[in-house]
Amino acid sequence: MGQSYAIEMLGITKRFPGIIANDNISLQLKKGEIHALLGENGAGKSTLMSVLFGLYQPEEGIIKKDGKEVKINNPNDANELGIGMVHQHFKLVECFSVLDNIILGVEPNKYGFLKKNEARVKVMELSEKYGLHIDPDAMIEDITVGMQQRTEILKMLYRDNEILIFDEPTAVLTPQEIRELMQIMKNLAAEGKSILFISHKLAEIMEVADRCTVIRKGKYIGTVETAHTTMSELSAMMVGRDVNFHVEKKESKPGEVLLSVEGMTVASKAHKNNAVKNVSLKVRAGEIVCIAGIDGNGQTEFVHGLTGLEPLVSGKIELCGKDITHSSIRQRSVMGLSHIPEDRHKHGLVLDYTLEENLVLQRYFEPEFTNKAGFLRFKNIRENAERLIEQYDVRSGQGPVTVARSMSGGNQQKAIIAREIDKHPEVLVAVQPTRGLDVGAIEYIHKQLVAQRDAGKAVLLVSLELDEVMDVPDRILVMYEGEIVGEFDPKTTTQEELGLYMAGAKKAEVTVS
Amino acid sequence: MVLLVQYTILFACILMLVALGGCFSEHSGVINLGLEGIMVMGAMGGALMMRYLPDGTSAFVVVAATILAALLIGMLYSALLAVAAIHFKADQTLVGTAMNILGTAAATVIVKSINTINNPDDHSSIVQYIEEKKAFIVNIGGFEFNWLMLLAVFVLVVSFVVLYKTKFGLRLMACGEHPQAADSVGINVYKMRWAGVLISGALGGLGGIMYITAGVSEWKFEYGVAGFGFLSLAVMIFGKWKPQNIALAALLFGFFRALSNVYAGFDFLVELNIPGGLYNMLPYIVSLVVLAFTSKRSSAPKAEGIPYDKGAR
Repeated sequence: MGQSYAIEMLGITKRFPGIIANDNISLQLKKGEIHALLGENGAGKSTLMSVLFGLYQPEEGIIKKDGKEVKINNPNDANELGIGMVHQHFKLVECFSVLDNIILGVEPNKYGFLKKNEARVKVMELSEKYGLHIDPDAMIEDITVGMQQRTEILKMLYRDNEILIFDEPTAVLTPQEIRELMQIMKNLAAEGKSILFISHKLAEIMEVADRCTVIRKGKYIGTVETAHTTMSELSAMMVGRDVNFHVEKKESKPGEVLLSVEGMTVASKAHKNNAVKNVSLKVRAGEIVCIAGIDGNGQTEFVHGLTGLEPLVSGKIELCGKDITHSSIRQRSVMGLSHIPEDRHKHGLVLDYTLEENLVLQRYFEPEFTNKAGFLRFKNIRENAERLIEQYDVRSGQGPVTVARSMSGGNQQKAIIAREIDKHPEVLVAVQPTRGLDVGAIEYIHKQLVAQRDAGKAVLLVSLELDEVMDVPDRILVMYEGEIVGEFDPKTTTQEELGLYMAGAKKAEVTVS
Repeated sequence: MVLLVQYTILFACILMLVALGGCFSEHSGVINLGLEGIMVMGAMGGALMMRYLPDGTSAFVVVAATILAALLIGMLYSALLAVAAIHFKADQTLVGTAMNILGTAAATVIVKSINTINNPDDHSSIVQYIEEKKAFIVNIGGFEFNWLMLLAVFVLVVSFVVLYKTKFGLRLMACGEHPQAADSVGINVYKMRWAGVLISGALGGLGGIMYITAGVSEWKFEYGVAGFGFLSLAVMIFGKWKPQNIALAALLFGFFRALSNVYAGFDFLVELNIPGGLYNMLPYIVSLVVLAFTSKRSSAPKAEGIPYDKGAR
């Protein structure tokens, strides 16, 4: 039977200085199928898609559309071939309406004057046909992330694109929105569109994709039919070894209290009420305590209060028995508090600094990195970076001098973790440390947290992922509307029980132990 | 009273023209702080054109040629900003500031040397255009109507239509808000930014010639344009980068500026016995106060001032 492929990428090789991003990779997309492209962060998925989209030129390999070889020199060529892409970071103009964003670049016009009514009719038809439910006159800045994504989808449909690339589309969505997106993708495929779905979330691939191509460290590993494979097989292909979905850890042996919070209250920036209300907790040496909860219930503000990013309204914080309530952020850091922040771009890294500079952000003033005259010791900074890169397997294009912005999310996170753990903290605060990362990186980070615990440190984990909440910590505290509403032992509780507390349906008096 | 209205409209038109110029440039993503310098250069272009047009040229030709000269010189000068900001990714604030210093200085030097060549004893930087200026003005019952006023209103309407009703406007604003988005749909960001800067140069030059023909018949180029470029920026910010609001803001600032020209004509103002200098300061003080309270830059184009780099993620 002759297969008809919408797009074939054959033997694609793309090199960057110091790195082979794609090494002889082939990918064949059938007409009307949903084809997943699976790989770890930095495996070369984005590069491959950029080649297809005309952003990069490959050194070797050819691209065929409908069996005929084509040259794609820039995104315009890709557009003309009917290839459209929903980028991970949406390419939408915030202060434009949905309609304006859709027509931008292909505006229907007469003598340069816009004919928006014509566009509106076509957009509404498409929206109805695929069940996208958009409001063409809403401003992008006012609509939800899910709506923005549908605007991106409509942009492709409006251009009559036949091949739709989704670059990690679910990373930014709520579970509800993810289900809707899956349905939309199925509708699109049913209408004959061919879909390339880039992801590292195995469950989603199993649910929505027909076939899946796996790449690892820039190399082609294989293509499988999802109906004939399992999640663990896929993850083994992706990571190159069997991945343990469960965190291996010994029984914890809690020691003395290293972090003690009493009656912490933190104001909210969004509304008049306090975001954190009279929260008390203790974390001991050798245990991992997890604060679970639905996003926006005061976890962020609690951590900001704890680490000194925001002032307290009231309350007291003790670190290793010393009062740090009014200490500066640097004092807290020097005294043994490490913080893996929720927003790694805002609070974790200086994106335009190099990796080596980022790795000494909290320690540059120490004698090791600054001499008596106040000049930086670049040699030591470089050595420090090389050691951490080696030890924590931080992958980047140019090693210590790579600009942080150009690194993949997973490697940025590894760099932060390397920095925070390497300064030998007593208390490690990790906020959503695995957000947006693939299973290999998640496993690695969980191991690091457990290793810190076993080394006798106190670990406070803030997480939104129930799997992580059940798996990693020794104790779970549920936070709801700025209060601790329950304490649980992960060995005896269930996800359902936690869910009730997280949604505010149940509440218990918690005594600080 | 008629005089107050006349000067208010006149100054408002100047401010509006230049502010609209700034508006185009900023919507494309380039901050144009060099409007002051562009005004001076445009004014010089227009003034020299008036001086060298042969006597007896018809009024229409005088007006058209002068406007054209101001437009072209303004555009040419603004190309400096375009090259530096778009291609060399220079800091736009610095380039703009340099252009302001250079604008006045260059115009002074050029006019002085022309004057000295014509008459070795003349070391002034003055251009006279007593007769030619009359071509611009129609006297309607004491109100000196200036053809440039009509042009300014025309530019206002066209600006609104271009920005909000055309393909060009949509693309231009996309480049100032989210150039990566524009690029991803095949819009040439560099081209659009060039267009934005050149339009601001043209309108800035137009504002310049209008400024030096307002009320006087000769101009000493050492004076520059007395901060009108900066006032226009204030008008643009106060007008939230929207043509219709810019027009209203220009009227407000124009009124205060006009007051300093004509306060002597109002008995009750003279009786207040306030030093004349204070009236001269008014528009600048007002701009400070107004901006201190309203310049939350939330409505500024988001990507303005950031050089666009195709390669950056």
